[in-house]
Amino acid sequence: MAHETGEHVSHTKRIWKVFTLLSIVTIVEVAFGIWKPEFLNTKVAYMKLLNWIFIILTIYKAYLITWAFMHMEEESKGLRRSVVWTAIFLMIYLSFILLNEGGYVFEVFQNGHKSWDF
Amino acid sequence: MDSTVIKTGTENSVWGGGESNQPLKASYGKMMMWFFILSDALTFSGFLAAYGFSRFKFINSWPIADEVFNHFPFAHGVNAPMYYVALMTFILIFSSVTMVLAVDAGHQMKKNKVIIYMFLTIIGGAIFVGSQAWEWKNFIKGEYGAVETKGGQIYQFVDVDGHRVGLSEIATAEPKTRTRHENKNGIWYSDEKDLPTYTIEEVIKGFESKPNVLVRTQILNEKGEKTVLSREESLARLKKDAIGIVEGANMYKNEYGSPLFANFFFFITGFHGFHVVSGIIINIIIFLNVLVGTYEKRKSYEMVEKVGLYWHFVDLVWVFVFTFFYLV
Repeated sequence: MAHETGEHVSHTKRIWKVFTLLSIVTIVEVAFGIWKPEFLNTKVAYMKLLNWIFIILTIYKAYLITWAFMHMEEESKGLRRSVVWTAIFLMIYLSFILLNEGGYVFEVFQNGHKSWDF
Repeated sequence: MDSTVIKTGTENSVWGGGESNQPLKASYGKMMMWFFILSDALTFSGFLAAYGFSRFKFINSWPIADEVFNHFPFAHGVNAPMYYVALMTFILIFSSVTMVLAVDAGHQMKKNKVIIYMFLTIIGGAIFVGSQAWEWKNFIKGEYGAVETKGGQIYQFVDVDGHRVGLSEIATAEPKTRTRHENKNGIWYSDEKDLPTYTIEEVIKGFESKPNVLVRTQILNEKGEKTVLSREESLARLKKDAIGIVEGANMYKNEYGSPLFANFFFFITGFHGFHVVSGIIINIIIFLNVLVGTYEKRKSYEMVEKVGLYWHFVDLVWVFVFTFFYLV
């Protein structure tokens, strides 16, 4: 077992710190979602800059939850890598394939080879 | 047990997989919870990637989430996008915090603290599921209604200022030409589905008599807003294409736009909600065990930690669902 019996230091301070961080990130996300500033509409790598900000903040939140709340930082390197790397690799692969093909289908509809709006 | 196992004499070496050799340094239960979470995370990423596929496929006509989810309890008719889902997100994050506090108290063998924090976690989860149900109810019921076209497209109505206009404000009340067939009236013992509130003829007739109402299509313009047609084109298209009305959303029709949006919304948030419900049930079981002192006797609150992992995972998934359904 990772935790030996005996005295355990309380992590309460860190938990509240992480909660504050998560709240701030969520508030920023919601604020951007309501405000939707014009200058963030520029496209960077096929997507609006605003959407990239949302996705990066989401990944940051996921990191905080996994590392601090799920105690991934205390697990052994082997367990951490076998869970995290597997997930990240397969997710990137899957999203690349599906989003790429979704864009292709859109172009086929758009260029009039096939129509869905008649 | 020993008598049935063939010994190899390598029990304590790497190949023997013996006691001294625990490469992941985690208990069996915790390790398996992690790998279950990994596989579940891949399931959810499959769903979200499929949602992304459909969205990229209809990238210029996808419904705008801010227009779909803009309700807030006790604030009828107020356009409040994001606020409600932000509240739900906070509730779930907070229940995650109380869960990790329960785990922390468990490490220190403080039974009463574990009880309080787990109780708060369960309450938070229940509030979240309730909120989700309310969100579904609004989505299913719809607000303004729309007209369906031959090609399965949606035409919505706006006034000249761009404000949405509901079907109820447009349609003229005609004497009902048709009544709903009930099984008591026919030789075929089945009911007909509910008749639509208005017929398409009533909507078109009402539209003709209201010169300041325009048709809004699903297509997004460069600014990311839905295209509004001119009055002449509105009328022409409505007469040519419209075949019926749509109110609310279900698995086949969706007044907000593409039915795929509704399908994915029901499926992904439904699957997530199912996880929350099962999380609550597992939490309750562990909570009862804490109450009767099972883990006190066992001198380890690791079960609280394991169920905590699952609960945090549910929160983790929601973080992604929130981003991809409401923000992006």
